[in-house]
Amino acid sequence: MLHVAIATRAFRRYSTYRAATLAGIFTNSVFGIIYSYAYLAVWDANPTAGGYDAQDAVTYVWLGQALLMTIALWGGGTTDDLAERIRTGDVAIDLYRPVGIIGWYLASDLGRAAYHLLTRGFGPTLIGLVIFHISLPPSFSTAGAFAVSLVLAGVVSFAIRFLVASTAFWLLDQSGVKVMSGAFAIFFSGMMLPLVLFPGWLGTVANALPWASYVQVPADIWLGKHTGVDLVAALGFQLVWAAVLLTACQGVLRLATRKVVVQGG
Amino acid sequence: MPSHHSTEQPLIQVRDLQRTFDVRRRVEGRRRRVREEVLAVHDLTFSVEAGEMVGYIGPNGAGKSTTVKMLTGILVPTGGEVRVVGLDPSRNRVELARRIGVVFGQRSTLWWDLPLIDSFELLQKMYRIPPARYRQNLDRFVEILDLGKQLDTPVRQLSLGQRMRGDITAALLHDPEVLYLDEPTIGLDVVSKGRLREFLRSLNSERNTTLMLTTHDLQDIEALCERVIVIDHGTSVYDGSLAGLHAQGGSRRTLVVDLVDEAPPIDVPGAEVRKVEGPRQWLSFPSDASAAPIVAAVAAAYDVADLSIQEPDIEDVIRDLYARGA
Amino acid sequence: MAEAVRAQHLRTYGQIAWLWIRAAWQYPTSFVLLAVGNGLITGLDFVGLWIMFAHLDNLAGFSLHEVALLYGSASLALGIADTAIGSVERIGTYIRTGRLDQMLTKPVPLLVQVCADQFTLRRLGRLTQASIVFGWACTYVDWTPLKLVVAVSMLVSGGLVFFGLFVGFSCVQFWTQDATEFANAFTYGGATITQYPLNIFPRELLVGLTFVIPVAFVNWYPCLYLLGRSDPTGMPDALRFASPLAGLVTMAAALIVWRSGVRHYTSTGS
Repeated sequence: MLHVAIATRAFRRYSTYRAATLAGIFTNSVFGIIYSYAYLAVWDANPTAGGYDAQDAVTYVWLGQALLMTIALWGGGTTDDLAERIRTGDVAIDLYRPVGIIGWYLASDLGRAAYHLLTRGFGPTLIGLVIFHISLPPSFSTAGAFAVSLVLAGVVSFAIRFLVASTAFWLLDQSGVKVMSGAFAIFFSGMMLPLVLFPGWLGTVANALPWASYVQVPADIWLGKHTGVDLVAALGFQLVWAAVLLTACQGVLRLATRKVVVQGG
Repeated sequence: MPSHHSTEQPLIQVRDLQRTFDVRRRVEGRRRRVREEVLAVHDLTFSVEAGEMVGYIGPNGAGKSTTVKMLTGILVPTGGEVRVVGLDPSRNRVELARRIGVVFGQRSTLWWDLPLIDSFELLQKMYRIPPARYRQNLDRFVEILDLGKQLDTPVRQLSLGQRMRGDITAALLHDPEVLYLDEPTIGLDVVSKGRLREFLRSLNSERNTTLMLTTHDLQDIEALCERVIVIDHGTSVYDGSLAGLHAQGGSRRTLVVDLVDEAPPIDVPGAEVRKVEGPRQWLSFPSDASAAPIVAAVAAAYDVADLSIQEPDIEDVIRDLYARGA
Repeated sequence: MAEAVRAQHLRTYGQIAWLWIRAAWQYPTSFVLLAVGNGLITGLDFVGLWIMFAHLDNLAGFSLHEVALLYGSASLALGIADTAIGSVERIGTYIRTGRLDQMLTKPVPLLVQVCADQFTLRRLGRLTQASIVFGWACTYVDWTPLKLVVAVSMLVSGGLVFFGLFVGFSCVQFWTQDATEFANAFTYGGATITQYPLNIFPRELLVGLTFVIPVAFVNWYPCLYLLGRSDPTGMPDALRFASPLAGLVTMAAALIVWRSGVRHYTSTGS
């Protein structure tokens, strides 16, 4: 129940940024339009590139834009608070609270994600629907699977962002690592270009990395590319990465706690 | 170098100055916030001659920083006129900036990530200070303010006192005619405060630098300023000497007496009992009177365990002043 | 007189920038790492384009070399502008922290100070990467003396257009700090658009990109000339030589907006 309260509070906190949210939806839509035309040109030259057709590709664009803020693809979210608290030293208090830090920040982040889903998730999706007539999930079960995939993507994203923020324990400042992580996320999540287009070994590597969980996996579920066993495998992929990365977070936190206790932050 | 202007023209002239702000306030019963006009400064008139040291004091929110912002060109007045060294600050910002120095107590003007000396060099470039003059000033201030060992330290690693001294150096490298200081001694220890006040005094006497000091610290004022302007609710309620302020404000000091046993309110000439709490009593007496006879009278008539004297709070002085409708 | 003033401002900008460079050079490894990192990150865009071409021979009728020319020139122009504009995008932060007020007490124009603040050469990373791509693409161009002139003017004008775009849209922060992302649609959106041949967009959009947000002049029109191609969207040929004009107009507009923004700030306070 505590975690629900934390999530609700985060939701409410982010919901006060009304003007910023509207501006954000506008920007998402502009980029959605740009990439849609770019992809239409690509699929015009090669109508079956990567196993997608033009309709799939354009839908993919708008899904990417919708997911961008929802899972905080570029970085940010509540883990920025963590980094700030590390910088000021306040985190030392958090480390001794009865509620686990990871649980706290995850709940917070999911609350934030819920708000962004409702606004910067649905907003661009609606606009994509109106302007480009993007595809919708073929069945209710697909939609349900997408919802699950979305949550898993959010968790994987959180874990990576948590790890990035934790570098502040050693580097004092997460911004350098955050920028690099964001760039990797944009590239390897399929945000810049669908991973289905990545050739040979690059494609194999990209599809195995955790960032594939961000956009490519949920998008493929939405597009109905994964069914039956395939679908379970896709969700399983996200689940495995979520578990591995969260464990890594715990490990890092343990190291950090030791450091704070020994060095006094 | 300061220009030679006629001695008739005051250096700083403020006439009927006015500044309103549009503020959105939440009002009961209305969903959207209501736009209100707040009068931060109004009907403000004063002049400062070259070489004066003026204290600009008032309670929080009285309009002090708003005034300084208008004097330095950061904010445009909504009414009235302001001239500094003959220039209109908001119209001739860059030209005026060459001739004034500003020290903000809360925020540093120095570049956070750079070593102190780099900040100074940056300022030399910005103010186009001739190299010889720059070296001369730099060496002098570094020596007096004891910054020699800090020159290569990044500003973010300096202590508050060192940073403040760095800020003052930074504000003076270009030989400004006017120096605005906003809470310069805040957070400093007693020794540093004393040294800083000494420095400012010598600055004024040697270079005839006009000083305008905004502060809450009455001791700063007493150490440095012959003249004080008291601002409250956006307008000047007193403009004159410090002594006059105490007299006019009817400010009073407080003698805190800890008696051995509880007793009824002490009765001695020249003092009034303001508060009684057990064996402790607060006696109020005029600031310009000496505490000695009162102390003697109390000690003679009562069993005293301990005594202390509280200086008048600037807030009290001003409150008294304003209440009297001065 | 105005010329002398402008020259003085540039000199002051240079002096401030030099001090930042010198300070950064105290930590050479960190500096090099950041520059390399910057180059890699900005280079990912081109990797994306290259991957695209693994699946097709041409994009909207443009080969990889031709798209590389478009991408390289735009990226160079963006890199130049990016290095020059410095911290303009952070105006809102400066307002909030009171730093802008402090800058206003210095005898240097505000724009010069904001642009020179925290000047960093790590953007050299992008410039290096862009130069490599552009250089490679240039080897496929049939050069004539006039084309050389057009190429140079394209880069300079492109820099001016981006500079004007970023400064102009950053001014939104003088009025409000809440909706700053709105500006990104035009600044970073404009930059993204220039990576592609503009005939992928409908004609109405192209007109907008020519006469409203003139990013089409950054690389599209001049590159059409360099590549010896006719305009697939049928716009007039004269536009190919109009980049300098576009650059100057954008700059002028940006400076007007900037002045207006500063006036608003000093008239209303923070």
